[in-house]
Amino acid sequence: MTTTTPQDLIPKTPPNWRKYFSFSTDHKVIGIQYIVTAFFFFLLAGVFAMIMRGELITPEPDLLDRTVYNGLYTMHGTIMLFGWTFPVLSGFANYLVPLMIGARDMAFPRLNAVAFWMIPVVGILLILSFLVPGGPAQSGWWAYPPQSLQNPTGNLINGQFIWLLAVAISGVSSIMGALNIVTTIIRMRAPGMGWFKTPAFVWTVLAAQLIQLYGLPALTAGAVMLLCDLSVGTAFFDPAQGGNPVLFQHFFWFYSHPAVYVMVLPVFGIFSEVFPVYARKPLFGYKIVAVSSLIITGLSGIVWVHHMFASGTPGWMRVVFMASTMLISVPTGIKVFAWVGTIWGGKLRLDTPMLFAMGGLINFVFAGITGIMLSSVPIDIHVNNTYFVVGHFHYVLYGTITFGIYAGIYHWFPKMTGKMYYEGLGKLHFYLTFAGTALNFLPMHPLGLMGMPRRVASYDPEFAFWNVLASLGGFLLGISTIPFILNMVSSWTSGKPAGNNPWKAIGLEWLISSPPEHENFEEIPVVVAEPYGYGKDEKLTENMGG
Amino acid sequence: MKRAITLGAIAIFLTIASIWMGRASYSWFPPQASAEAILYDDLFSILTAIGTFIFLGVTLAIVYNIIFYRVGRYDTSDGPPIEGNVRLEILWTVTPLLIVIGLATASYQTYDKMNLHGPTEIAHLPQVIEPAYADTGMTAEPMTNVEVDSKQWAWVFRYPEKNVTSTELHLPVNQRAHFELRSQDVIHGFYIPAFRVKQDIIPAKTIDFEFTPIREGKYRLRDSQYSGTYFAAMQADVVVESPAAYKDWLNEAAKQTPTPAPNQAASEYARREQKEDSAGWKTVVPAPAPMVNYHP
Repeated sequence: MTTTTPQDLIPKTPPNWRKYFSFSTDHKVIGIQYIVTAFFFFLLAGVFAMIMRGELITPEPDLLDRTVYNGLYTMHGTIMLFGWTFPVLSGFANYLVPLMIGARDMAFPRLNAVAFWMIPVVGILLILSFLVPGGPAQSGWWAYPPQSLQNPTGNLINGQFIWLLAVAISGVSSIMGALNIVTTIIRMRAPGMGWFKTPAFVWTVLAAQLIQLYGLPALTAGAVMLLCDLSVGTAFFDPAQGGNPVLFQHFFWFYSHPAVYVMVLPVFGIFSEVFPVYARKPLFGYKIVAVSSLIITGLSGIVWVHHMFASGTPGWMRVVFMASTMLISVPTGIKVFAWVGTIWGGKLRLDTPMLFAMGGLINFVFAGITGIMLSSVPIDIHVNNTYFVVGHFHYVLYGTITFGIYAGIYHWFPKMTGKMYYEGLGKLHFYLTFAGTALNFLPMHPLGLMGMPRRVASYDPEFAFWNVLASLGGFLLGISTIPFILNMVSSWTSGKPAGNNPWKAIGLEWLISSPPEHENFEEIPVVVAEPYGYGKDEKLTENMGG
Repeated sequence: MKRAITLGAIAIFLTIASIWMGRASYSWFPPQASAEAILYDDLFSILTAIGTFIFLGVTLAIVYNIIFYRVGRYDTSDGPPIEGNVRLEILWTVTPLLIVIGLATASYQTYDKMNLHGPTEIAHLPQVIEPAYADTGMTAEPMTNVEVDSKQWAWVFRYPEKNVTSTELHLPVNQRAHFELRSQDVIHGFYIPAFRVKQDIIPAKTIDFEFTPIREGKYRLRDSQYSGTYFAAMQADVVVESPAAYKDWLNEAAKQTPTPAPNQAASEYARREQKEDSAGWKTVVPAPAPMVNYHP
């Protein structure tokens, strides 16, 4: 007689590339599924951006109809955030956290797979919304009512409806992911791995996912309420029926500002992992760097109104949120100085991951400075909703976060695939990306100071010069992805074997084979040392060496 | 000793570069056409100088290490196992804290002096910011009163004194202007870059707003809160003129009977409707061109 165990109910993972198209519960497969799916959405939203930059290369609205431009900018922002940045970082967390803490998988493997498979659903919904009458949502990724409630087609199924549905599904997926990751980190660290022996990346992922748990319910609830206003005639936010549109802005930003930290914290983690390896020094001030992540988690929950300084907010509220926002630069500054301290006087190896991490750090300092400017209420009153803000957040989302993601991809590519990437192509990718970022996003700052609003399909001729530069930079960023894609595809199929630890890095993930076997660790490691023991000649674990 | 000289030289270079950037920042803006713009540009200059110092400092530190601490391909040795430095860590926690406290104080003072009003009645709490007209160099009276009516996608300015409507905003120079901002449909943003002021207009509310134009000339008013299809076209001219010229304009306009003003959104929409194979998606129909006493 045969018995059915719970294990038999999980579909078997196919042995070859087909596993990436299966409902696998292996965290490593899911991690790569997230990363590759997200990169596809990154390219798609990047194409949207280049079409927009094509429109903006001249002042007149000549390339696209205004509705098409508005749809494209809405989808660019939405897909970049909900299709690229969140999922790719979920991919890193999925792939790396169990390896770094010495676990065999995530706490809830099936929940993990369900959370991932909702992401393609979100993406496909958003793409299909181009085909409904009236086109996709055209109210930006903020979807501020009452503009987002206008629905000119009058149809029940319209672009905005699909958009809200997609955002709500994405929210549910992220809450599932957060629950899983937080549980895994708290419950499944290897014996001996106390909090101050846990790698900084794991700390940052924990800090980020805690934000998801407290913040996402607000956004998801806001999206559902807006959906009700749009489709079933409730009036939470419609001022014509006594609703309060500013209330939606609070719902939205209560999550969507901390969301920036959800995205940037794991990238801080990647920086904290990469700098010690390529500077051959311990992470400077590891404990305070680790704890500062949680301070950011706390502070990021009380800054959201800085997005609403020019909105329907009274003066006292603006001043309170200015103070809290400026305060968040303190724990962030601690990290920046700690990374510089790590690099200082080390034995620097300028491999591609290090180049992207250093480029990302420089871009982040720039973004931080414009961020402080924006947190000042009087400064923000002028530049709010101008290209200055667009420049600022692209320095965060592209200059910092995407740079950090590239650093992470190159750094862990040998671990994920067992193959080495081509260093020359990697460096070419870095230089093109760094130049493209400056050319695309730096000109946005003077444009904003001159008074060019964001989200415009046409503009006054006085803004033409900087817009031409930004457009050329945008196209250069498009070109910069070509060496990356070539590198990844050719290295994965025919690169040189990388070995277990090509970087001579310290960490549990580097003690096992590349790529790691199913369930990662034959024997669960017993951790005896702090991470980042470079130059110290000590063992990381009792039973596996390192 | 040598180290102290090097550090001193770097500090002097950073200071000079920062002051230079702070000065240069004034040229990045439209003309200073309001009392608020002068306050604004001064604060921005300070932030630029501090920001330049920090940005160049960090970047130079990284570049310095790239030049002097880069190792060859076959050097596999590790660096010194320095794990931290408590004094340094305290220094770079406390210094930024002091800087942001200073910046928050300076920003508060500037905001206080601007005294823009904006929405107050949303939460029934006492106002932290007391009304003060200090340092704008103006007295509270007399005041130009304008009602601003925004809709998809047009601006209409009404002067209750003479019951005049216009699609061009006229203001007398050196006199504080008070606005009542209203929207008929969605949220719009009242934004005049040369004045460095902005306020969202929330439908079903009247929002008070104030500033003082100080420079004669023609400026641009733009919608700053995304308002739908023709958002980018929702602009108007602002004319700041001498009190005498303003009075003449107002009196002249009062004699005119209202006529429909040209409206970019309405005319673009009409053209789009004529083309049968329109590439665009269905849009909210623009409000008809406003009937006003004066339009350019």
